[in-house]
Amino acid sequence: MTSKFGATQIGLVQFPGSNCDADCVDAFKRLFQIDLKLIWHEETSLPSALSGLILPGGFSYGDYLRSGALASISPVMQAVKAFAAKGGSVLGVCNGFQVLTESHLLPGALLKNDSRKFICEYAQLAVAPGESLYHRKLKDRTYKVPIAHGEGRYYVDAEGLKKLQANGQILFQYGDEAGVLSADTNPNGAVAHIAGIVSANGRVMGMMPHPERASSELLGSADGTSILEAFLETVG
Amino acid sequence: MQTELLQQFAELKNNPKAAAISEEGAAFEANLRKHKISADEYKVLKKIVGRAPTLPELGVFSAMWSEHCSYKSSKIHLGKLPTKGPQVVVGPGENAGVIRLSGKLCVAFKMESHNHPSYIEPYQGAATGVGGILRDVFCMGARPVANLNSLRFGQRSHPKTHYLFENVVKGVGDYGNAVGIPTVAGTVSFDKTYDGNILVNAMTCGTIHEDRIFKGFATGVNNLVVYVGSATGRDGIHGASMASDSFSSAQSGERSTVQVGDPFAEKLLLEATLEVLERELVIGLQDMGAAGLTSSSFEMADRAGNGLYLNLDYVPARAQHMTAYELLLSESQERMLMCVEPQKWETLQECLKRWQLPFAIIGLVTDGGRMHIVKDGVLEVDVPVAPLAEQAPRYERPFTLPSRAYSKDQSFRAAIKDASFSELLSSMLLDNGLKDKIYRQYDHHIGNKTILGPEDEGAGLLWLRSDWSDKGDEYVGLAVSTACNERYCAQDPQVGAAQAVAKCFRSIVATGATPLATTDCLNYGNPEDKIVMGQIVAGIDGIAEACRALDTPIVSGNVSLYNTTDGQSIAPTPMIGMVGKHPDIRKAVSAILKKKAHIYWLKPKGSEGSFGGSLLAKVLGKEVSEAVPALDWAAEREAAQWIQELSAADRLEAARDLGTGGLALTLQKMLLPHEFGGTFSLPGSGPANLNELAFGEHSASYILATREALDPASLSFKTLDCHLLGEAVIGSGMKLGGMGLDPKMAQAKALESLSI
Repeated sequence: MTSKFGATQIGLVQFPGSNCDADCVDAFKRLFQIDLKLIWHEETSLPSALSGLILPGGFSYGDYLRSGALASISPVMQAVKAFAAKGGSVLGVCNGFQVLTESHLLPGALLKNDSRKFICEYAQLAVAPGESLYHRKLKDRTYKVPIAHGEGRYYVDAEGLKKLQANGQILFQYGDEAGVLSADTNPNGAVAHIAGIVSANGRVMGMMPHPERASSELLGSADGTSILEAFLETVG
Repeated sequence: MQTELLQQFAELKNNPKAAAISEEGAAFEANLRKHKISADEYKVLKKIVGRAPTLPELGVFSAMWSEHCSYKSSKIHLGKLPTKGPQVVVGPGENAGVIRLSGKLCVAFKMESHNHPSYIEPYQGAATGVGGILRDVFCMGARPVANLNSLRFGQRSHPKTHYLFENVVKGVGDYGNAVGIPTVAGTVSFDKTYDGNILVNAMTCGTIHEDRIFKGFATGVNNLVVYVGSATGRDGIHGASMASDSFSSAQSGERSTVQVGDPFAEKLLLEATLEVLERELVIGLQDMGAAGLTSSSFEMADRAGNGLYLNLDYVPARAQHMTAYELLLSESQERMLMCVEPQKWETLQECLKRWQLPFAIIGLVTDGGRMHIVKDGVLEVDVPVAPLAEQAPRYERPFTLPSRAYSKDQSFRAAIKDASFSELLSSMLLDNGLKDKIYRQYDHHIGNKTILGPEDEGAGLLWLRSDWSDKGDEYVGLAVSTACNERYCAQDPQVGAAQAVAKCFRSIVATGATPLATTDCLNYGNPEDKIVMGQIVAGIDGIAEACRALDTPIVSGNVSLYNTTDGQSIAPTPMIGMVGKHPDIRKAVSAILKKKAHIYWLKPKGSEGSFGGSLLAKVLGKEVSEAVPALDWAAEREAAQWIQELSAADRLEAARDLGTGGLALTLQKMLLPHEFGGTFSLPGSGPANLNELAFGEHSASYILATREALDPASLSFKTLDCHLLGEAVIGSGMKLGGMGLDPKMAQAKALESLSI
């Protein structure tokens, strides 16, 4: 079985403490027959043929400091920043999202959940207005995707939020099955229910929920498939 | 390095020897007491050493002969457990047991206690409990795929319970979440028997190829002994002997004996260990668990029949001026001892550096079978290896078997006759309700394998996609479960222990899987008390009987004794963990109902239900003189076979073994999470006996929810009765025999269950 993405080369950055790397490898192989190329955190350059990059979930370098803070200054992140600056597609999931904000590849920050507790459960993701490739591909439905984090409360100041809204950079918001947002549908206290955002050029995407886990109905949901597919389409 | 060590070892006779301990006066007696070495044990020790021991030597014996490491009170009874079967690949005695799941795909698993540390410092105690059991599994070369835990706390109203509960759950969660192992099932309860002595039992399952199971041998004279992992600190000194101690409520200065966990170091150690085993870079490898460097070095040397020369000057230390005694007995976490051939050292070193782990060569394998340990040029330990294990004390402690005279408790049955059904049900939900508050703090999805997780409320089920499986087994699953009803065990230590095995068996069967093998974690009080020792003997008998009858041999285990505070021993709590094989996870059956269904009640013919050790007795605060539900192996087997057939034919929407609280609570909990209800008739019930029928507890009993009605003619069994109770529909409350709770109230009570 080959897929339409068969020739695409996607890299996966491994930090010490990454623990969703194997799940990403599993999902891309099972869903798209893509073998992710593993990139160790000590690398200072990326393979030239690479067309997209994933920063997986986990606890990079233990995350005893702010989550993602140490990873953001690791050798490989210089190369990742250069890759993103050239318009490369980067997907950061959970800890990967935290690394992206700590590296200023995405605005805002991820704070401790308002419950001060780790939360593992399914979330329903609504797609916010926007014109990025992600928005166009994913709009008009909701996605059932699990979250599992202790520091997932997205924060950005009022001005920053306005900017995100104006630019259509908010991608996912925690809602209900119909996509309606209410106090009951915000698991961690995120500003404006934000679960995921894109960069101004629409190429860098960070999200707290785990699309690689929602990769089979047998595992509880296959809704992550479309999200990963959207990432592959931004890679083009 | 090897040359230098060889030279040191060759010149060892020139080293000054550490002074022997004084054998005089009260100080000597106090020293032995502190090390929990009896006068008789000291005599054996002296014979082995050939002179009075040094202080580090005394520490080594104390740790190796502790209850925790030597099983000295339980060993002669543990031999009664069945341990063999075609499914068993590695039985008890190794770091974990291993069974075959499909083809070459095997599962390593074990359960361990971390009770005492968790009572003293709940967050670190629980976290390091998880860390320890993970290492037991991955040091065999298995990749952990699932964690389970069983927690027991004091009464909800006890002043310490809130603090202990919150921190134990956080500790378990933070550690497992960071290492990245899903926690897929578990149990929790609150009972005054644990007011002064909580239980934290953790279980890990890992996958391993049958031909790559690794055991910890230190073979090959002159091979290098390598220390890997976190530096050694003063934490956890005497952990093994503390685990073999009882508490007094006045004890407060014990915090320094609790280890501190670092899940990041564990994750690195996990990846590095699996890599060095996969690449065959080491000869032997052993986790430094209880009794740290001491037990790991002695065990590795003993298995190979060799000796070791260790120079403690090379051990990475976290604190300055640590003594030989401290370095040998520290239980600092996330450490491994490896034995490596000199020609592989270079490659091993590169691998360990890549994983950013501290490491150091600390010694050599020697012949002659002696352990020589040097610190600052002084020979601190010089003892033979083999006799330490061979001549470890074994006690045939006196015991009194529990009396087993029970009779139907008519006064209790009369007392509940006129009680309000909804009030009884409501107080049961309050005691044993929804566990979301706990498992939401545990990552239960990571690994992309979880088919049935904690929200399904039964056994966990993992989809093990593997190239090692038999062809056609791409949907094979691993079902995992843990259980022990302490009220049954308090009432009847033998049948209660057997019921714990049966309960695990049933919950695995309910998913559609076939149970395969068992691990145990025997939590008891002070074995020097005849009554407690009798509970242990009876418990092991019960487990042995059940494992034989259900064909689920014991492949690993752990004993935790001295769960005693102020002279009060806990109720016997032989925690059981079990694994099973699911033939096709696409047909997995949850214990909660998600779609409308026909509801059937399966139970042994003529089973009347019992209130001995029942949840109803607990919530009413009544002593009940009845027997706990009687064991019925023929019914257990017949029920299992039928449920497996129904599941294979994909006819079940849900299935749940009938647990504590009887039919009423089990059915209510099956319906509640997705807001189902319905009007259910209970055959033979009327206002006078509804409570008795609805709340009595049974063996070999299940509630089955089928997509379509079953042909009544098919419901004919040798040992079982099957009743149609009614249809479950969404959005209405549960009415059983005309009685029920308002659904909102039921939900509220079930949620309040963990508001502590």
